[in-house]
Amino acid sequence: MNTDSRSLPRWIDIGLIPVINIALALIVSGLIITVIGEDPLVAVTVMVKGALGYQEGIGYTLYYATNFIFTGLAVAVAFHAGLFNIGGEGQAYMGGLGVGLVMLGFDAALPIALLLPLGLLASAIFGAAWAAVPAYLQAYRGSHIVITTIMFNFIAAALMVYLMVNVLIQPGQMSPQSREFSMSGHLPFMHEALAWIGIPFARSPLNVSIVWALLCCLGLGAYIWRTRWGYELRAVGHNERAAVYAGVNPRRVIVVTMCISGGLAGFVGLNEVMGVHHRLLLDFTAGYGFTGIAVSLMGRNHPIGVVLASLLFGVLYQGGAELAFEVPAITREMVVTIQGLVILFSGALAYMTAPWVERVYHAVKPRRAPAASEA
Amino acid sequence: MEDAFVFAVLTANATVRVATPLILCAMAGLFSERSGIIDIGLEGKMLGAAFIAASVAAVTGSVWLALAAGVALAVCLALLHGFACITHNGNHVVSGVAINILVSGLTVVLGIAWFQRGGQTPGVGPEARFMPLELPLASALADVPLLGTLYSGFLSGHNLLVYTAFFAVFATWWVIYRTRFGLRLRAVGENPHAVDTAGISVAWLRYRAVMICGLLTGIAGTYLAIAQNAGFVRDMSAGQGYIALAAMIFGKWRPVPALGACLMFGLLDAVAIRLQGVVVPGLGEVPVQLIQALPYILTVVLLAGFIGKAVAPKAIGVPYVKEA
Repeated sequence: MNTDSRSLPRWIDIGLIPVINIALALIVSGLIITVIGEDPLVAVTVMVKGALGYQEGIGYTLYYATNFIFTGLAVAVAFHAGLFNIGGEGQAYMGGLGVGLVMLGFDAALPIALLLPLGLLASAIFGAAWAAVPAYLQAYRGSHIVITTIMFNFIAAALMVYLMVNVLIQPGQMSPQSREFSMSGHLPFMHEALAWIGIPFARSPLNVSIVWALLCCLGLGAYIWRTRWGYELRAVGHNERAAVYAGVNPRRVIVVTMCISGGLAGFVGLNEVMGVHHRLLLDFTAGYGFTGIAVSLMGRNHPIGVVLASLLFGVLYQGGAELAFEVPAITREMVVTIQGLVILFSGALAYMTAPWVERVYHAVKPRRAPAASEA
Repeated sequence: MEDAFVFAVLTANATVRVATPLILCAMAGLFSERSGIIDIGLEGKMLGAAFIAASVAAVTGSVWLALAAGVALAVCLALLHGFACITHNGNHVVSGVAINILVSGLTVVLGIAWFQRGGQTPGVGPEARFMPLELPLASALADVPLLGTLYSGFLSGHNLLVYTAFFAVFATWWVIYRTRFGLRLRAVGENPHAVDTAGISVAWLRYRAVMICGLLTGIAGTYLAIAQNAGFVRDMSAGQGYIALAAMIFGKWRPVPALGACLMFGLLDAVAIRLQGVVVPGLGEVPVQLIQALPYILTVVLLAGFIGKAVAPKAIGVPYVKEA
């Protein structure tokens, strides 16, 4: 995609340029805040304090980050195979449906020790299934995965409205929500889990699914860089035709990768439905699937990068909520705006600054090079 | 018989009202994609134009300034997309997603900062909206059976932007298939190297294509804000940009079939409410959500190659890097 930064050392390419891009996104965000008549520095202070300044804030930040890790990994793994999974939103929705159906069906009969793995499995299978159809159509019928996954987001939304309004709604209730699961269908909150081992922590929606999110990072890293399947996946991503000559079946890789991607996005349903709301409801995905695109681009499609970017977006989300409360002129949508700018600068315009950085680098380098050869 | 005819005219009118922004956006997407630039950002450009048009209409009370502002903003967003995709060889889909998300956030942020109404703009009165136009003799002919009803009830009485949308389909067809620019546009979407070899600038052709795309989405957004409605409401485009994209693909990247798809999707939307609770023999009650999801389902089925084959322009989404 890019030839500009080839002459740059690695640390500039994967370290400096992404930081410059994020800085540009934040500077433009600051300009917008200035335009609406507020002080960007005050805004940053309020945000950071609100997100990291006290235990409950930290809990919320990490709870948001959990969702972003799942959707960010989902986008990242697809990117490695050269696929753009824009359907994380729909896959997360379906994952939640899967968890919800299992809980509504078995929460009276089974203990949490069985419901947890069942819920995990259900969210992964439902998410994967929702990604598998576009994947199959891309691999075997030649339809474009970007368009089909967008369409599947809308189809998922329509399906959920139908199910919630007509089928799963708690009888005798107006709002389209299912009944609450019994206690065995609740994932332990982090403050509960920490209390068991004697650490007091403020109440927040943060639950044990963050542990699963971090395990997913490790697992996905190992899968992509340490297994034969991961090698095949990257081969298809780099050059599909060459991969065929290396004996890889790209069609199978596309379907398998998208199933992994959809499954990861589906875990958002685990966090939201089983972890926080304890019931099925509408719109619990709240755009997390789209944020995953920003997270993945910002984290350079690497699990460690995804975790860091997720934390940053967790701070933005929680800090943004706090900011909207403290400074009424700045609303939560400011976070959506920042997210769009991050996607623009770290994604679409990722190499805009590369020629300038290169010029600066080469202007500085010659002075160093002779010194190095003398030494 | 007469009742059925009146019902058909009413439904047709509702269809046209819903289909107008779809038609404009589908033609917009067609220009962009025929030149090889994928445009996921129709939604964002339309939403941004709607917001600016509503704001300008509310402040100045002028429909023409509102239209100009809406178009100007959409063209700026289109140029941003072009800057990312054409000049910097960025990923077209990423750029489009960025524009959509940026606009959906920024319209609310600015709306609240400017008008303090929870993201809405102040409502605008009839003088600052595109109001229905009456074609000549419409009221005189209204009593003539059938043809008169058709003329005064269906052909007459829409606003200027509705007629513009239908004219845009004809104009698109003419430009794409009957002009030198259109020939080059199609060529650059299929084989940019050949166009470059012929001494024509690939980048300039594509920039012109995305600017036309901005122009049309700008009109679509203005229609949403101050013709169909009387002000801006947050996220008022509500996925119509994506439906237009689906319609354009459904029409296989050709203007007249895309128009057909827009009208079909518009009709589905217009009858969805009426069909709520209606029992279809053999099927039972059709859920309204199914009808709402039909455009998306049909597009997936089409793309899967089960209804003919939709083949995208060959060079779509591929950055053009001139050989050194």
